[in-house]
Amino acid sequence: MPVSSPETFVSTSETIAVAMSGGVDSSTVAAMLKAEGYTLVGLTLQLWNQRRLAGMPGMPESTEGRCCSLDDVYDARRVAEQLGIPYYVINQQERFEQDVIRPFVSEYLSGRTPVPCTLCNNHLKFDQLLITARQIGAERIATGHYARNEYDPARDRWILKRPVDASKDQTYFLFGLTQKQLSRTLFPLGNYTKPEVRVMAGEHHLALAQKPDSQEICFIPGGDYKRFLDAYLAEQNDTLPDTSGEMVTTDGTVVGHHEGIHNFTVGQRKGLGVASGTPLYVIEINGAERKVVVGGNEALASKTLRAHRLNWISISGLEAPLRVQIKIRHRHEPAWATLAPSGEDDEILATFDEPQRAVTPGQAAVFYVGDEVVGGGWIR
Amino acid sequence: MPMRRVYMDANATTPLLPEVMEAMRPYFMERFGNASSVHSFGQQARSAVEQARVNVAALLHCRSAEIVFTSGGTESDNLALFGVTQPGDHILTTAIEHHAVLHAAGRLAQCGREVTLLPCDSNGVIHLDDLRRALRPNTRLISVMMANNETGAIQPVEAIGKIAAESGVLFHTDAVQAAAKLPIDVEAIGCHLLSISGHKMHAPQGTGVLFVRKDTKIDPLFYGGTHERQRRAGTENVAGIVGMGKAAEIARRSFNEGVSQRIAALRDRLEQEILARVDQAGVHGGDVAHGGAVARVPNTTNLWFDHLEGEALVIALDLKGLAISGGSACASGASEPSHVLTAMGISAARARASLRFSLSKLTTEEDVDFAIAVVPQAVAQMRELSPTYHLPQSTIPVAS
Repeated sequence: MPVSSPETFVSTSETIAVAMSGGVDSSTVAAMLKAEGYTLVGLTLQLWNQRRLAGMPGMPESTEGRCCSLDDVYDARRVAEQLGIPYYVINQQERFEQDVIRPFVSEYLSGRTPVPCTLCNNHLKFDQLLITARQIGAERIATGHYARNEYDPARDRWILKRPVDASKDQTYFLFGLTQKQLSRTLFPLGNYTKPEVRVMAGEHHLALAQKPDSQEICFIPGGDYKRFLDAYLAEQNDTLPDTSGEMVTTDGTVVGHHEGIHNFTVGQRKGLGVASGTPLYVIEINGAERKVVVGGNEALASKTLRAHRLNWISISGLEAPLRVQIKIRHRHEPAWATLAPSGEDDEILATFDEPQRAVTPGQAAVFYVGDEVVGGGWIR
Repeated sequence: MPMRRVYMDANATTPLLPEVMEAMRPYFMERFGNASSVHSFGQQARSAVEQARVNVAALLHCRSAEIVFTSGGTESDNLALFGVTQPGDHILTTAIEHHAVLHAAGRLAQCGREVTLLPCDSNGVIHLDDLRRALRPNTRLISVMMANNETGAIQPVEAIGKIAAESGVLFHTDAVQAAAKLPIDVEAIGCHLLSISGHKMHAPQGTGVLFVRKDTKIDPLFYGGTHERQRRAGTENVAGIVGMGKAAEIARRSFNEGVSQRIAALRDRLEQEILARVDQAGVHGGDVAHGGAVARVPNTTNLWFDHLEGEALVIALDLKGLAISGGSACASGASEPSHVLTAMGISAARARASLRFSLSKLTTEEDVDFAIAVVPQAVAQMRELSPTYHLPQSTIPVAS
């Protein structure tokens, strides 16, 4: 029978490193585990300097951001002090820039729509942080993600499951976790709803119990990624490469001109700059030819998708067709499909029961059976 | 049982000595006067400030009138650089200065001064030839630290003083990491300006001194009253100044009691015994290819341990009870790569794998034993998880 809470497999004599962001969720995790008697170390990853692009053309002067701001480090430090646990900030700005920011920029410039949170989880939070945690004597890490992580002896695998609070489900961003990483990770909030977590934060007398949630991409205050691309490339002494070109309809008719493919994402309706009797959407972005293909809503539907660079969680690999539900973006109602090997190495072909709207290259496709994450890959 | 905690980060700050605390104590409450006041309360405070000035002047071998009390090393450095230069002047400083000098010089470069940063060698020492070559007709100020905060490397300040005198250029030295570790004689150094900080020598945080040679014209940073002979406006921090004076008195006495030699012996043992127990490690400033180990202040050693992150090692050691430091701290408390080690030509990986141990007169033999026990253990644990570390092959046949 799967085990559901850390105390059933982690001895309280073990040291656990809590990844603390300064928000309600990770602070509550620290307070919960402390109350259960674990020896804890609080760690915050310093990933990005919010001051770096402040005041550059198009960027806000103010340095208030959602992640890695001094305010958040201050909040995390206050919680650690209150709980009486050691707390440290780890500088991973170089690694974050290399493994998250640069791929984020180059994906947009190639006409794809990236998922930076997944890259950060794969390369920083569950890789570097776990290594640092183990180097300082903590065998496991605990985070404030809404997900469940259980060991199933029958399959001898660690199983990532959707949390009790479906509205906070973060499993979409966690599909890249390896069995090794899962075996050393605790998600103590998986069995609670967000309102329950706020209540627990209050019960533990955490001053930030009512701190608002963060929603946007942490390094893009205000959420305008185009301004971020401009400012980042300008800082790098690199103006945006010219990716302007033609805007064409699905039958190849040129209907206009666009200023650069990075301004578009599949399914986008606003800002196309083309007049039409019926609503037009971006159907496809052809990076090689710098073409943006537009069409009616019906043209957005896809019956299949290909995903590559796969990671499997509940199974060790896909040998035969498998019935799953697939999430093709974070806020997507999982859709029934059949997964099958595509014939290419490290790639699957998914055939949906019903065509899905706006399958977007660069996003992740995450496969579910019930609450379990089977695995996932990147949409081509 | 509470955990044993050993402090080896004296270059960051030092605790007050009990004598310093006792000297300061009356000036918080019963002797609370403003040193500028006419009445007896004020006179009591004034007298304490002036006695402290005499003690600090004795430590630096200068006149009392040449001592300006400030809020710390950073203010002293800023006062020196901003106070004696004008737009159009050239400032000659080094790549290995503390940020209090480097960032002040950076700001001055935005305000019409020309700034040159001299390089250093692989031992962290600047060369006089580089300095001579960098002099310009409009060079107004040379600012070179007396000893480096990260490596402890001593700079050739007396020779620089001679070059400055020959060239008619003002010379400032940041002696924050030298004070109470090396004898300081402003006459021998030939400097016009010299900064020290109280909390690096067992006086309280928030106290500092700038020595300003007589007849050196200096503009103040702050405007207000006529305190400190119009060089530093603001009511004196009387208790802090008293602490600074007492710490200076104790430091002078300590030189005669052989304290420096005792600290150097502890440092040398720490360094040798750690390196004897850890492979692929070494000392910064001990580059034999460049003339052997360099002269260092007695309390500092900066060691590198390849194949690990110094930042994680600092945390691991803190959790074991040993307080040391890695690169310089930034606002959030995370470490950034050291500009000093970078200037020495050290690779980014090795700079990140470097740790500074800095001792004080309070460090004991038992403290050193503790460090010798926990550091090799922590390094070994971390390297077990390092993807790049492999034990050296001891069985490789040696060709003759």
